[in-house]
Amino acid sequence: MRNLRFLLQKEFRQIFRDKIILAMMLGVPIIQLIIIPWAMNLNIKNINLSVVDNDHSTYSQQLITEIGSSGYFRIISADQSYRQALEHIENGSSDLIMELPDGFERNLIKEGRQTIGISVDAINGSRASIGRAYLGSVINDFNANLKINQVNLADTLTKTQGFIEITYSNWFNPHAEYKYFFVPGVLVLLLTMIGGFMTALNIVREKEVGTIEQINVTPIKKWEFILGKLIPFWIIGMILFSIGLCVIWGVYGITSTGSLPLLYVVAGIYMIALLGFGLLISTYCDNQIQAMFVAFFFILIFILMSGLFTSVQSMPPWAQYISEFTPVEHFIKIVRMIVLKGSGFYDVLTELGYISIFAIVLNGWAIWNYKKTS
Amino acid sequence: MPEASILVRDLSKTYDKGSVLAVDKVSFEVKPGELFGLIGADGAGKSTIFRILTTVLLADSGTAHMAGFDVVRDYRKIRNLVGYMPGKFSLYQDLTVRENLEFFATVFGTTIDANMDLIKDIYDQIKPFSGRRAGKLSGGMKQKLALCCALIHKPAVLLLDEPTTGVDVVSRKEFWEMLKKLKAQGITIIVSTPYMDEAKLCERIALIQNGRIMSVDTPVNIIKSYPGKLFAAKSNDIYKLLKDFRAHPEIESCYAFGDYIHITLKDPSSSGLEVLNRIAMENNHSNVQIKEIKPGIEDSFILLMSQQKDLVQLTTTK
Repeated sequence: MRNLRFLLQKEFRQIFRDKIILAMMLGVPIIQLIIIPWAMNLNIKNINLSVVDNDHSTYSQQLITEIGSSGYFRIISADQSYRQALEHIENGSSDLIMELPDGFERNLIKEGRQTIGISVDAINGSRASIGRAYLGSVINDFNANLKINQVNLADTLTKTQGFIEITYSNWFNPHAEYKYFFVPGVLVLLLTMIGGFMTALNIVREKEVGTIEQINVTPIKKWEFILGKLIPFWIIGMILFSIGLCVIWGVYGITSTGSLPLLYVVAGIYMIALLGFGLLISTYCDNQIQAMFVAFFFILIFILMSGLFTSVQSMPPWAQYISEFTPVEHFIKIVRMIVLKGSGFYDVLTELGYISIFAIVLNGWAIWNYKKTS
Repeated sequence: MPEASILVRDLSKTYDKGSVLAVDKVSFEVKPGELFGLIGADGAGKSTIFRILTTVLLADSGTAHMAGFDVVRDYRKIRNLVGYMPGKFSLYQDLTVRENLEFFATVFGTTIDANMDLIKDIYDQIKPFSGRRAGKLSGGMKQKLALCCALIHKPAVLLLDEPTTGVDVVSRKEFWEMLKKLKAQGITIIVSTPYMDEAKLCERIALIQNGRIMSVDTPVNIIKSYPGKLFAAKSNDIYKLLKDFRAHPEIESCYAFGDYIHITLKDPSSSGLEVLNRIAMENNHSNVQIKEIKPGIEDSFILLMSQQKDLVQLTTTK
């Protein structure tokens, strides 16, 4: 235990001496936490729309005004023909074309139906599909509010036919704000990077520089050496987590709905799992470039498959299985449950169990392999 | 257990699943308080022997004892007794001189001050730089710091793996002076080097080549046991002289050595000077100088190497 104290002292000295590493570990995560959630905003706004109005009627003007005032669309041009409008799509200035045919108003009133054409630039898939959906809902809205329809509606209601009206209420995130969903995820991402990369690189550096050779001939025991490496990064990770919580409170006004100590317990166990992961990589790699590549490969998979950016449920089944095997996925789930939903210990017990298994398996594997190689 | 401080018996080690033989049935012993040299070219197996002795590498077969402890069974005890300076500088480059020393002192459960008398001479030289990071030191300073760190726990046995490689001539000389002082304090020292001139500074040396020990003795005895006479020759066209000697059937061996060519003859009873002069005359050399010289440690090493090569060829042709 005495040796451990000196190892820790040495380790902290080295960490605090490397100013760039220190800045990268503490400064960059905070800045990222402030910047990324805004860049990652999936609420698509400012969709560029070209309108071809062949009708020039009151109804067509009403519809266009309604679309323009919805807040999602920017009407960038009113074109004479579809061909002309298509040029805007071709040069990238427009995302959508809405074409209102001649006789739009007349057909609506006389025949009670009218088809309109929407063309979508699908290069940016998510923008295209979301833009189409928005436009669809605005048109539906317009449709429902047409006087002629309201009259019909009143008729049907008096005839007591079934009519289902839908109202929404968003639970745990009342305004369905994307940042509430995303910010805790970024916090997880940052812990993952620090835990996974820093330990792997740090231990491999001792191998690469040869200092491990000098350590090996001293009475320092292997477990002391390993703990001497893991504890500093665990502490740094937890400090980082605390700073992150302060940042998301200060910048986004997000505070944990659930118990803070529980959140720390989970984060602590998660850090142990991640440190084990870093240690495991270091036992297989001989130099820092190898360790960097291997760690980057896995952490990229972890992050993309964890449900941080996309919903795990919409992945194909095989991908969902892979997702289950990333510790990140479980941790993100718990953090969202505690922070947004206020879940208690028993609610997160299953997920916590998974993370604990990761912690045990990764560390056990790493120690087993470390013993075998030297 | 005999009184020997280091006792190595039939030590063998292979790398890459047995395809590379690094150490081949090596046996030697080092007496307490002795300054012992392992002399051999790069890749001869010196570092492997060191790593086995310092318990960081396991031998395939054979035994090794340090101060009476088995390197496999009692490795924990050995780690407290042994100071090791690896061939490559292995201290923390981002810690200062003082912090490195402190760190290694504390992990051995001691302090710098407790063993100051042992390292004082060396430490005084690097003291002006004690606040400097180890990575920013010059080569010679790094060696001194590494030596201090290896000595900080007052080891009974000091193992130095090529401590003077890449160090300037003056620093090398100083370094050997320091070793002599340490030896005077009763520390057993085993040092490896590829430099023949350093061999003479050891009390006993083991000449090692291709993982085998060719000879273990004092430098004087090794030179004494040189069979036959050795001649040195030079002329205006030294390269042609070398070729002419080599082509002649009476010449046993012939190699360039500084400004001279060193030659041995097959027939030791013949008058060497006459034979050599005759050969030089026959080949029209001018300004020929030929003299009989005392063999040095290099000559012994080259002779032993060529004998080993013959032995290897003999065993492979069989």
